[in-house]
Amino acid sequence: MTFNILSILPILVLAGFGMLVLVVDVMSARKLGEKNLLAYLSLAGIVIAAIVSRNSTATTLFSFNETFTIDNYALFFNILFLLSTGLVILISHSYIKREDINHGEYYALLMFSTIGMMLMASGADLLNIFIGLEVMSISIYILTGFKRSKLISNEASLKYFLLGAFATGFLLYGISLVYGTTGTIDLRQIASFVAGKGGVKDPLLLMGMGLIIVGLGFKVASVPFHAWVPDVYEGAPTAVTAFMSVGPKAAAFAAFMRIFLTAFGSSHYEWQKAIWILAVLTMTVGNVVAISQTNIKRMLAYSSIAHAGYLLVALVAANNMGVSGTLFYLLAYIFMNIGAFAIVIVLSQKGDVGMNIDDYAGLGFKHPMLAIAMTLFMFSMAGIPPMAGFVGKFYIFSAAIKSGYVGLAIIGVINSVISVYYYLRITVIMYMKEPVRDFHPLTISPLIVVAIAIAVVGTLHLGIFPSKVMEIAQRSILTLR
Amino acid sequence: MESYLFYIVGTIAVLAAVYLIFERNPVFCALYLIQTMVCIAVLYILLEAQFIAAVQMIVYAGAIMVLFLFVIMLLNIKGDEESKRSFPFRKIPAILMGIGLLTVICIILKSKLLQGKQDVYTVAHIESLGNTQLIGNLLFTDYLLPFEITSILLFVAAIGAIMLAKRKL
Repeated sequence: MTFNILSILPILVLAGFGMLVLVVDVMSARKLGEKNLLAYLSLAGIVIAAIVSRNSTATTLFSFNETFTIDNYALFFNILFLLSTGLVILISHSYIKREDINHGEYYALLMFSTIGMMLMASGADLLNIFIGLEVMSISIYILTGFKRSKLISNEASLKYFLLGAFATGFLLYGISLVYGTTGTIDLRQIASFVAGKGGVKDPLLLMGMGLIIVGLGFKVASVPFHAWVPDVYEGAPTAVTAFMSVGPKAAAFAAFMRIFLTAFGSSHYEWQKAIWILAVLTMTVGNVVAISQTNIKRMLAYSSIAHAGYLLVALVAANNMGVSGTLFYLLAYIFMNIGAFAIVIVLSQKGDVGMNIDDYAGLGFKHPMLAIAMTLFMFSMAGIPPMAGFVGKFYIFSAAIKSGYVGLAIIGVINSVISVYYYLRITVIMYMKEPVRDFHPLTISPLIVVAIAIAVVGTLHLGIFPSKVMEIAQRSILTLR
Repeated sequence: MESYLFYIVGTIAVLAAVYLIFERNPVFCALYLIQTMVCIAVLYILLEAQFIAAVQMIVYAGAIMVLFLFVIMLLNIKGDEESKRSFPFRKIPAILMGIGLLTVICIILKSKLLQGKQDVYTVAHIESLGNTQLIGNLLFTDYLLPFEITSILLFVAAIGAIMLAKRKL
């Protein structure tokens, strides 16, 4: 019986600050500093949670009767989630003011959603992972519909909710089949059961694994479970789109790797084939469809599908380099994607006007700094050195080759080349076309400038000096199997 | 005796579920769903899980389904309007997938049923402690963390209901 309450300290801090934000929101008068206080309060919560979850451990610790893990893997992901939520709070501040959705619930839901993600990354049994996934998803369904007066936002929320509930059903069915075959939901006990039987041959367990892949594949936005992505990304408030393209994806990958490497690690030949197909489909469909998009949010939606595909390649490889490469790539993706969405927010006007790619014409002459930052993020996502995206892709594809999946790596590189077209198109439009519109008023505040600066520094730093972070990533995955 | 009961109740549950899908009138759908829920509650009793059976009856067949019926009656949905807008070309892949899934299930049923890990919860063990106490013990020892996190889940859902449905914030 170990109920070490300190082990869930980051979760407690976030829950406490989430409720504090709600209370302060109700207590303070409507005009009080235009609710700047709430943003700072939530940022303080994020920073404190990061400080308390910072200590790295040499060994794996379990608490709550071995249902909760504290290892370096969980700590790495905790920092990752807190970083993404912190950046999203920074970019939301001016946006939710502009769109008149400046409610305290916004920050509270962001923090509750982060609690869910943390639970997903550190759950040692399937029940914890499932509850974490639900806390995360339900918060995001609500955030998606936060622009209550806009039909497109309501539609996106409802669509995401219905399809998400459906995917949850698949995941739960998979978990129940795994439980039915192995008699346990503890990941390590499942692992010893599977290893004891000499790998998975039982069709019931295979079906359970397949259904878990479907449920998590929906959350990471892989093809063919991607139908919701473009509509939901377009309809959600832009800051929420930035949030759900990084946080939940990272959390779903954290759970994916924890379940499949820890519990089903000894039978990876069985699930690697399924993920191989998913990875190829996800990369190809994401990149090819992104080419024809004219709305920047939809384009970034398809680009996020494509990035999920690259990460699945690393999961197929399933060696140390691939898994640590995934951790590195997710960190790099947070910087470049939230950075890109921050620029989109700065340049759009009230009611999300100015979301077409052609609206960026001439940005290079009018606002050179913003254009340079955007170019940087686009280059990074396309995987051009010396940006972070290049290093991430390099690790992932070389991991695939190391595991003998040369064909998969080649398909990945071809896809990466395809993606250069639509990322560079934005750069071309920014610098080589005459401006068609006035960019004023910019949606700018000190906080969003800080966020863009952090994203630029992160993208460049991870690209030029990757070794330190890569070392941490490699240390984080040692306890995984 | 028990196995006969299992087959009878199980068949009724599956039949009610099938009717639920093919029924056009939403009120009848809800009633078929109640029937499925009740049958599942009987299956729980057959598995010596009386507490779960009671919870199933109270929460699902009782509370949730009454809510369902209320909403259906308040919205006053007409039966046939939706079916005209269905896409016929989606039927063929759906049927193919269904047949595929059925084949997989048949294969599983034909293969020898794998014996899972034998846990401590045998019938004798459950009867010595009692159903309710056993579940309470588990909830507050092994599964304390998920149990507590569920409160955050409910809290989030309450915030969502207020956020999305309240007329004026």
